[in-house]
Amino acid sequence: MPMRDIRLLTEMFIPGTLIGPFTQANPGLGGVCTFVGEVRFDEGVEALELSHYVPLTLPGMHALADRTFARFELMGLLMVHRVGLMRPGEPIVCVSAAALHRRDAIDAVDFCMDHLKSAAWFWKREQRTGEWHWIEPRAGDHRDLARWQS
Amino acid sequence: MITVVLLGKLADLAGAPTLTLAGPLDWAGLRAALPSALAEAIVDPRNRVALNGALMADKATLQAGAGDEIALLPPVSGG
Repeated sequence: MPMRDIRLLTEMFIPGTLIGPFTQANPGLGGVCTFVGEVRFDEGVEALELSHYVPLTLPGMHALADRTFARFELMGLLMVHRVGLMRPGEPIVCVSAAALHRRDAIDAVDFCMDHLKSAAWFWKREQRTGEWHWIEPRAGDHRDLARWQS
Repeated sequence: MITVVLLGKLADLAGAPTLTLAGPLDWAGLRAALPSALAEAIVDPRNRVALNGALMADKATLQAGAGDEIALLPPVSGG
């Protein structure tokens, strides 16, 4: 059975505490690729809030993991996403893939991130100088997704 | 009672993250029971509907009764 760890977290996490054990859990791997996304220090942004819908969001991440395992030769996949209130500099997402060969690990992480950024069930708003603004879907995210439609 | 869960900016239009409505409700009945700005917004095809956690292919076929949960889902902004 491949190692698979898919989680939504409501509290701040430290990516290293996940990546270390994940790597240890995949003995014999040829490579690990990890991406960590953090809340950017954008001008005026004080906080970011991610909301989710329980029946869809985590099941959607599991479905994405299924597609990732089907598409790439992986030994393990870690996909952890924050929800709730975050401050600039806090980690928001961590995806790590372990494989025998580097290309599968790198591409699996890229594939997961493009899907999480555009098609996952999250709604995001940011607080700028005290005011909350919903963040609209970005055309660039959909272009990123189209890279994998072949 | 029927619980209506509102995500993203639709929660702002409702003034609350959830509403409780008397059932049964079909699509027209749901729209009639919601604040007018929200009733108008949910017609937009980009706004999806889930009934008891399952995404509906055609929200106009909605039939909800006591104990059901309707979720109103605007386009996702991604993680």
